[in-house]
Amino acid sequence: MTRTESTLPRWVFVMAAVGAGFVLLPLAAMTTRVDWLRFGELITSESSVAAFWLSLKTSGASTLACLILGVPMALVLARTRFPGQGVVRALVLLPLVLPPVVGGIALLYTFGRRGLLGATLEVMGLQIAFSTVAVVIAQTFVALPFLVVSLEGSLRTLGQRYEVVAATLGARPTTILGRVTLPLVLPGLLSGTVLSFARSLGEFGATLTFAGSLQGVTRTLPLEIYLQREVDADAAVALSLVLVAIALAVIGLATRRAQVIR
Amino acid sequence: MTSGSWLRLRATVAERGFDLDLALDAGERLAVLGPNGAGKSTLLGLLAGTVRPDSGRAELGGRVLFDLPARTWQPPHSRGIALLAQDPLLFPHLSVLENVAFGPRVNGLGRAAARARAEHWLSEVDATNLAGRRATELSGGQAQRVAIARALATEPELLLLDEPLAALDVSVAPAIRRLLARVLAGRTTLIVTHDLLDALVLADRALVLDAGSAVEDGPTEQVLQRPRTRFAARLAELNLIRGVAVADGVQAGPDLVLQGMAAEPLTTGEPAVAAFAPSAVSVYLDPPHGSPRNLVAVTVSEVEQRGGIVRVRADDHRGHKLAADVTPRAAAELDLYPGREVVFSLKATAVALYPA
Repeated sequence: MTRTESTLPRWVFVMAAVGAGFVLLPLAAMTTRVDWLRFGELITSESSVAAFWLSLKTSGASTLACLILGVPMALVLARTRFPGQGVVRALVLLPLVLPPVVGGIALLYTFGRRGLLGATLEVMGLQIAFSTVAVVIAQTFVALPFLVVSLEGSLRTLGQRYEVVAATLGARPTTILGRVTLPLVLPGLLSGTVLSFARSLGEFGATLTFAGSLQGVTRTLPLEIYLQREVDADAAVALSLVLVAIALAVIGLATRRAQVIR
Repeated sequence: MTSGSWLRLRATVAERGFDLDLALDAGERLAVLGPNGAGKSTLLGLLAGTVRPDSGRAELGGRVLFDLPARTWQPPHSRGIALLAQDPLLFPHLSVLENVAFGPRVNGLGRAAARARAEHWLSEVDATNLAGRRATELSGGQAQRVAIARALATEPELLLLDEPLAALDVSVAPAIRRLLARVLAGRTTLIVTHDLLDALVLADRALVLDAGSAVEDGPTEQVLQRPRTRFAARLAELNLIRGVAVADGVQAGPDLVLQGMAAEPLTTGEPAVAAFAPSAVSVYLDPPHGSPRNLVAVTVSEVEQRGGIVRVRADDHRGHKLAADVTPRAAAELDLYPGREVVFSLKATAVALYPA
């Protein structure tokens, strides 16, 4: 298909190039500092490997939690009208703009030992703060809005017309959701999932505050990198590169899948 | 309201000023006409289950669709009412066959049975060859054919059509209209339309809504030929001559054959309609010699000044009330007055022929 020539002024291209450079240059700068001779050794140290697997597992779990909670939230926000909906939407999106460390403190006063639910949970034999579960909760807290925003946008763009047709053909609400609505917003759902996975993977502040930094239990890759930076800067750079590689792989995979679906 | 009706609806929606009492017999096809904002969409929404009335009750085939404020409310999926909109709205992620099989599948039919039902309905709408295509690969007319098959495959007890031909190209609409006339025969149907021909060809009865209430209701031809409201009168301004399709036009009497443009071949011997606008008519005192035009001998019944033109109403003594628009000067030169015998002349290219 031929594309229409753009009517953009030339200076827009210049500014766009500067912007792209601004994003890419620091990554390139970091790559120049990688100690390639020790790279393998650095990223396969016991603490690195533990952090790597912990990051993947917790990010996977929190992405799943985002899907389970976020899809219904996006559906309700996009398909219903209720009093105070605007306020609810703004509050749900709060973690998007909140400093993560504040989120961590809020979580601590909810699930911590002396928190709102902490005492009840402790009676039930559950201690959440400073455990792997806490890492997942912190990541879910900060990543959830990404999924909700992305999916709600797709749902609004799609509109309800296909759903009405499906209903008049005899489809029950759950059938409509599974066979019409979700397949039609799959690209949006997928990009929302990728965004929340990426946000979980990079989560630092809320995790450190609410879950601490215990090797193999709560010390995810970003925490490990922060810690290593004080001890062995080369190790921090090597692990940073690993995170960049994972992020690139996830984004690449997601955009290809989205194109196949379209 | 007769108690033996297949569909009974009585509903008020205060927000939209809607207040209607409607009954439909089994197999009856009702055209709902009216200006924008008259309540046509509200009526469809009430029946489909997407609009909740403030009060009212509706029954279809002995089942209660809603009874408010008594809190009985059937959701759209359990009403047995299918909706065909202006836009085909085929599910873009499914094939044509899967689209048509969707209704039977979600109503509990097995995969094979649903497929067989879908194939049957695709053949009913002459779209068997499209079965394997993706819904997004169809032209507007093809998509609407498939949408018709999809709606009928659920075997609805009531079919709602919302301007089903409005979004189609004029070259495609007649074929789809004829298809609808065929598949809707004997099916309880409610058709919202702006098009006079849809009402005439597809419906037995016409209801004119205005400001949320029924202002005219009766057999389609009666409503259109003796309109009591301005809206119906404006709709009825198109001249229509009913007859039987013959080789070269529509035969409306022993000595009257109207030649015109048929969008598709008419079946000889089948009922057909010739339609033309009053502005396409030329008026003569004597038949012009050697003219290839359609000529209809009429008696002037009314001459009416309307803005810059003169509307001449006339009767062809075969039951057709016809109208012609002429300039005031031509009207003066022809000395037109009620009772005067004149000839209406029409170019064949200005006459549209439709199967009826």
